[in-house]
Amino acid sequence: MENYAVEMLNITKRFPGIIANDNITLQLKKGEIHALLGENGAGKSTLMSVLFGLYQAEEGEIRKDGKKVSINNPNDANELGIGMVHQHFKLVECFSVLDNIILGVETTKHGFLKKAEARKKVLELSEKYGLAVDPDALIEDITVGMQQRTEILKMLYRDNEILIFDEPTAVLTPQEIQELMQIMKNLAAEGKSILFITHKLAEIMQVADRCSVLRKGKYIGTVDVKDTTPEKLSAMMVGRDVNFVVEKKPVELGEVVLDVQNMTVASKHHKNNAVNNVSLQVRRGEIVCIAGIDGNGQTEFVHGLTGLEPLKNGTITMNGKNITHESIRKRIVDGMSHIPEDRHKHGLVLDYSLEDNLILQRYFEPEFTNKAGFLKRGAIRAYANRLIEQYDVRSGQGAITKARSMSGGNQQKAIIAREIDKNPELLIAVQPTRGLDVGAIEYIHKQIVAQRDAGKGVLLVSLELDEVMNVSDRILVMYEGEIVGEFDPKKVTVEELGLYMAGSKRKEVSTGE
Amino acid sequence: MLLLLQYTLIFTSVLVLVALGGCFSEHSGVINIGLEGIMVTGALGGALAMKYLSGDLAAPLVILLVILASVLAGMLCSLLLAVAAIKFNADQTLVGTAINLLSAAAAVVIVRAINTAENVDNVSSTVEYRNARKAFLANIGGFEFNWFMLIAFLILVAAYVVLYKTKFGLRLCACGEHPQAADSVGINVYKMRYAGVIISGALGGLGGLVYITAGVSEWKFENGVSGFGFLALAVMIFGQWKPVNIGLAALMFGMFRALSNVYTGFDALAALNIPSTVYNMLPYIISLLVLVFVSKKSRAPKAEGIPYDKGQR
Repeated sequence: MENYAVEMLNITKRFPGIIANDNITLQLKKGEIHALLGENGAGKSTLMSVLFGLYQAEEGEIRKDGKKVSINNPNDANELGIGMVHQHFKLVECFSVLDNIILGVETTKHGFLKKAEARKKVLELSEKYGLAVDPDALIEDITVGMQQRTEILKMLYRDNEILIFDEPTAVLTPQEIQELMQIMKNLAAEGKSILFITHKLAEIMQVADRCSVLRKGKYIGTVDVKDTTPEKLSAMMVGRDVNFVVEKKPVELGEVVLDVQNMTVASKHHKNNAVNNVSLQVRRGEIVCIAGIDGNGQTEFVHGLTGLEPLKNGTITMNGKNITHESIRKRIVDGMSHIPEDRHKHGLVLDYSLEDNLILQRYFEPEFTNKAGFLKRGAIRAYANRLIEQYDVRSGQGAITKARSMSGGNQQKAIIAREIDKNPELLIAVQPTRGLDVGAIEYIHKQIVAQRDAGKGVLLVSLELDEVMNVSDRILVMYEGEIVGEFDPKKVTVEELGLYMAGSKRKEVSTGE
Repeated sequence: MLLLLQYTLIFTSVLVLVALGGCFSEHSGVINIGLEGIMVTGALGGALAMKYLSGDLAAPLVILLVILASVLAGMLCSLLLAVAAIKFNADQTLVGTAINLLSAAAAVVIVRAINTAENVDNVSSTVEYRNARKAFLANIGGFEFNWFMLIAFLILVAAYVVLYKTKFGLRLCACGEHPQAADSVGINVYKMRYAGVIISGALGGLGGLVYITAGVSEWKFENGVSGFGFLALAVMIFGQWKPVNIGLAALMFGMFRALSNVYTGFDALAALNIPSTVYNMLPYIISLLVLVFVSKKSRAPKAEGIPYDKGQR
């Protein structure tokens, strides 16, 4: 008989139109790090919400130390020693670290807060587990890494034994990720049991003891991490073998579709220009990738290109037509597609339905609006259903689902369906795979390559070096608002690119004249 | 000069009380734009209590009962906002505006009904409370000391302690800043918001009472409280939702308001020959100017005005 800290047996949770968890069993041993792996929308978050008392399951039972328990709200979970670091931190920004930790479990004397004891306990815990924090710093002033350590201390301060980490590495820098991995190992060594929700395989291989896999709301299986490989895990997660390498035909260069000359864009944050005198060309049939570390002017460059921000200087020519001063609508009609960096801000109207989001750029066309100016609802529904089918956009209620309620991967698929289906001349994709799982990444890369093969020009902006190396036909490195190097991905190493991205090397770039 | 000090202190007391009321409500996450109406209701409760209390009662008892009446009236009025905003997720600004309209009108209707019942020819909306008002005042060498000055100061200190030194204050502020975070550590956001709004009703009602007893012995309810609820909101914003700063801001606004009552007493000011309406306008003009410059970097509770939705994460 194994000694389990927590067991979730045959859990079923339904939402309108969707079975989020279908007969799922998850058993967490004492002192282990147990990874929960699945694509976006596989039901991981729902399962954890059931365990944490945010949702109640329709079927199945939860056992703590072998005894059946009912968890109706986060307080119940807390009393059972279950704590959670949420993906979006639950911290009050204008409170100190200490205040956030004690919030809800304050010790008082005659009604007044007694913080001295709490501070002592926090400092002891911080020392014991290597969680460096400054108890008096305000949350809004500290790094994301320290905010996360505050969340972990919150759980430890409450003497929680079962710690849930919901995609904890998504917001961290590589160094912070390594620190977190070490902290998780320390916690497990001290006898805490950890549930680690993720879709990053490398992290599972590094820290987890066992891994349970969910797919489309169903339980696929649990494996010992030491007996498996990333390939096997990803096949379990996606349900087929995933191709980590993007397959591409050789380039067939066509005419120039985008010609940018001397573009300069002012910065909103400092006096220098965010984009400084950048010139580049994109031809039909090639994927040009702008690589660089975040914040080196890529965002502003794309905003200038798509019309979201005005240019200080320079010209943009698309298909031989000067579009420098054209409106965004005109650029769209002329054949520019844009998969934006921030899909919530610029990609979707979150409180609109999926179908309305899919026609955002085309609603005025005769296909969707009649002569009197009214929307043709029937035609819109039919169109939306075709795209949903064709691009496999999954949602609770189909075309009428609110965009806000969809998973990140499916939101991105909806945007891609909209941008590609209007048959663009030029596709601008900015970090199109950010925050997505391997299955969705593979799908999106295929779609981008398909556009290139269909003779479209593709401009890809990416921070992920893997993506840069795998997908592009030509790499431009951007550093402090300037293009500092041009490379053929087959002839350059990641290390070499890194030197240019960090600004320690640069070379003059021909602008394709 | 003494007169200026006296009026400054009493108007400051009004602003401190009402602005602190707004402060509690907003720290819990509910915008209370209905303070003006709550003041009127509180004033009405207090005025009627003073009208009907017999003159034989001891002064401390009178003070206590009258305060109780206005506080209860204010709390009842704020309950309207609380239920609509917290239970039914109504738009807080709209409900607040509705309370302002409703309270002012209801007060006039009620007072007229009472007056005509007493004397068929009396259709005024004035309540007289000459006798009871004396209980609040103590003359110290020409300076007319009003017990409310002390009460407002004590409440200011208490508000500071409650907000920053107690469990309740910590939890209240958490609900106004990040209710999801508060909920995730087991705090009942709805309860805390009710508490915040009802405290603001109590303080707002008391403020209304202080306002109508500040200088006169009868009150014409058609006048409402002439924008003092809004002035208090300006004080709250200028004070950045912090009790100590609110106290200082109230002092400044209170002084300008007092100036319009007593400027004729200063030879230099009287000699300027500026029409009295200018002095009357001063506090409001200043509040406009102050808000233009301050509101850009003002740091309101982050979640104020947003109904709390448990499902949204």
